[in-house]
Amino acid sequence: MQKVEILIWDSLHKVKDPEIDTVSIVDLGMVEDVQIMDDTLIVKMLPTFMGCPALDIIKKNVETEINLLKIFNNIAVQFIYHPPWTSDRVTEQGRENLKKFGIAPPPQLDEGGEWHVDCPYCDSTYTTLENLFGPTACRSILYCKGCKNPFEAMKPVSTLM
Amino acid sequence: MNITSVEEAKRDSAYYEALTQLLYQLADDDFIIAYRGSEWLGLAPHIEEDVAFSSINQDTMGHAAMYYQLLEELGEGKLDYLAHGRKVEERVNAILLEKVNGTGTYLTEPKYDWAFTVVRHYFYTQYKKIKTESLKNSSYEPLKHVAYKVNMELYYHLLHWRTWFHQLCTANGDAKTRMKAAISIVLEDFGGVVHLGPAQKEMTSFQLIDSEKILRERFLLEMKQMFEKADLNFTMNMEMKRGNGRLGEHTSDLDDALKTLSEVYNSNPAAIW
Repeated sequence: MQKVEILIWDSLHKVKDPEIDTVSIVDLGMVEDVQIMDDTLIVKMLPTFMGCPALDIIKKNVETEINLLKIFNNIAVQFIYHPPWTSDRVTEQGRENLKKFGIAPPPQLDEGGEWHVDCPYCDSTYTTLENLFGPTACRSILYCKGCKNPFEAMKPVSTLM
Repeated sequence: MNITSVEEAKRDSAYYEALTQLLYQLADDDFIIAYRGSEWLGLAPHIEEDVAFSSINQDTMGHAAMYYQLLEELGEGKLDYLAHGRKVEERVNAILLEKVNGTGTYLTEPKYDWAFTVVRHYFYTQYKKIKTESLKNSSYEPLKHVAYKVNMELYYHLLHWRTWFHQLCTANGDAKTRMKAAISIVLEDFGGVVHLGPAQKEMTSFQLIDSEKILRERFLLEMKQMFEKADLNFTMNMEMKRGNGRLGEHTSDLDDALKTLSEVYNSNPAAIW
């Protein structure tokens, strides 16, 4: 990777999800591509859920962070739908950082399309789903019978659905 | 057939006409049903439903925005204008979807009907799922990509409404009676939801979406299974009693909804919000 690209990705890593400030947008798998065209930087991003009100904020934060590099005169942040964002795009680092925020990382679907979530606090597998829908479009609400904490989990999203 | 760009889509005016008609239907349907759903905020039967329903409405409004964006890219006007600025007679949403949730308004004496809401949303979501699956093979590539995105979110919506529908229909007492009454009301106008409008032949021949006949058959098959599971007699007489929304025919319910929905936009169309 060229030096300038390293700088760009470092900057993008600094942009966090506005509602989960331990996780960067890169670790959420939202950045698909960066392209340099002369003095313009194009950042292609994948929205997680379409109705997510944080998208505009994320876009603005990306522009602000890249501007600090003082390399590009123009920054274009584009949201694209192909490929679609799926929850398996969250990186290992992203999964760890979600847990630090008290959110269980998105589970894998088994062959029957079923899924199970362990508690992000105590790792107990003794959990119940309280509500498939949560405080934001991408989360569900669960309860851990092990440590008796309510917690949230990122919904699994897959093209197999 | 695979049309990858706006320029290509504009080369054949018949293709462009069929494509934009389809997109207007998809956008307007989601836009108004998301609004009707959002009117339940704070009024849903319990707190968990309040959380779930508002998520679903937010997603659905996001789907409408994506379809309006495709129209913007095709040169039909700005997204915000398409959503808020168009007159009632230019709208092509199905009439069932504009119908009020019940008597009263959000602010005064909202006597909303939950049975009607569950039936309307379940039927609508099931049909939307069938349409979206079909759109995943659409000849217009940007629409295909949007359909993949919508479909993943729709999975959760359908699961939600299926659960409500089944549980209320199989509950004892008042619930089943009210659900049966709601099914009759929804069916009176569900023909308008299924309908693909005057350009339906072109939509199919240009491989934008499967024919209305095929979509209808798939829908009836799903419904038959659910009705059997929910211990209901299966009769599906889908009508368009109050008019054909695809032709711009609407009720005063839509006037009132747009007045409220677009109040901020109309007070200052240039504002960023």
